[in-house]
Amino acid sequence: MSVRVALKRLGHDAVISDNPELISRAEKIIIPGVGEAASAMKHLREKGLDRVIVSLRQPVLGICLGLQLMCTSSEEGETEGLGIFDTQVRRFPAGARVPHMGWNDFVSLGDDPLLKGIDPGDYVYYVHSYYAGVNGYTIAVCDYGLPFSAAMRKDNFFATQFHPEKSAETGSLLLENFLRL
Amino acid sequence: MLKKRIIPCLDIKDGRTVKGVSFVNLRDAGDPVELAGAYADQAADEIVFLDITATHEKRKTLAPLVEKIANAINIPFTVGGGISTREDVSVLISSGADKVSVNTAAVLDPALITRLADSFGSQCIVVAIDAQLIDGDWRVCINSGRKVTAVRALQWAEEAMLRGAGEILLTSVNSDGTKEGFSTEITAAVSDRVNIPVIASGGAGTMEHFKKVFEETSCTAALAASVFHFGEILIPDLKRYLQKNKINVRV
Repeated sequence: MSVRVALKRLGHDAVISDNPELISRAEKIIIPGVGEAASAMKHLREKGLDRVIVSLRQPVLGICLGLQLMCTSSEEGETEGLGIFDTQVRRFPAGARVPHMGWNDFVSLGDDPLLKGIDPGDYVYYVHSYYAGVNGYTIAVCDYGLPFSAAMRKDNFFATQFHPEKSAETGSLLLENFLRL
Repeated sequence: MLKKRIIPCLDIKDGRTVKGVSFVNLRDAGDPVELAGAYADQAADEIVFLDITATHEKRKTLAPLVEKIANAINIPFTVGGGISTREDVSVLISSGADKVSVNTAAVLDPALITRLADSFGSQCIVVAIDAQLIDGDWRVCINSGRKVTAVRALQWAEEAMLRGAGEILLTSVNSDGTKEGFSTEITAAVSDRVNIPVIASGGAGTMEHFKKVFEETSCTAALAASVFHFGEILIPDLKRYLQKNKINVRV
């Protein structure tokens, strides 16, 4: 819902769908995420979308839970994920104030086009209790007691742990970058 | 590093903001959508809308309003006021609210928090606690602070967390409206007891008050209404002041 509204603000129409055929034909796909990992995965499997998503060749952007579902597994509900990113999603350790909620920054690794124009010192909005550690696909690192993946990329698959649709101008810039891919 | 959040709060009645707002030239100072946009432009970190409409008609005005707000701003916002069922929350979330806050209904039926967290996820369930110091005890108040209960604020905050609240919005009834500063005592106690984010509320009058509550407690956000609405404190000025005083804010 919020993602569609954000895209509309940027002058793009989006369709919310769980139809495999429609998704396969889409120009670009965003997998937003609010909810719980195990039930979200169950829903994707029931609709046959798990196989559809991994076979997509057009740009795909996972957001928050979307990022986590694209990993191999998640501690949330002890579920397997889509396995696009070969890494595991864990819960923040005891002691951290969880959810990690609010505006935090990130450090870009390399110069991925998704993050073009976003500077160190720009802030984005996070709200999550689980994280993917830093791994070979990480393109941006955030620190909350420990370093974790703020953004990841593998080929046509992109993902952010933060919510670009709620991250003011910085978030709009990222969405525009994605739409330009 | 995670930033401390500054959150303006708007009271809504019948789809309009209640208290006058004069911090900026507005075409319509009663229009919550225009106000929300102005606050987002001022780098408010989030916005809280509290619907104080008393009638049963409230849902008819609130849901379309939430949709308009979601269309207008690109920062997170919370909606509260009289929320008591899963259906209430479902309507607001699907209209575009990022979080909802529950207060009286959760005190009367604590299992409500569990049901809401299970259905929608902890991250969008804020439990608002109105705490009042009576004879040395911080007690929970309900019905907009009018009725004191036997529930102790500290225990209630912990129970709310254990039941799945993602955040606590803590208002000191003693301080609210005084402009004499946040109640750092109860804010510190609650922030230390729970390990979910805590928003301090009630009593903001000066920029020093914000500095003090961030320095003396581990709260992660501070909320105010009138000092922002009447332009006594402008959010960009406040953030520059806090930054100068080594409080981490988004500027």
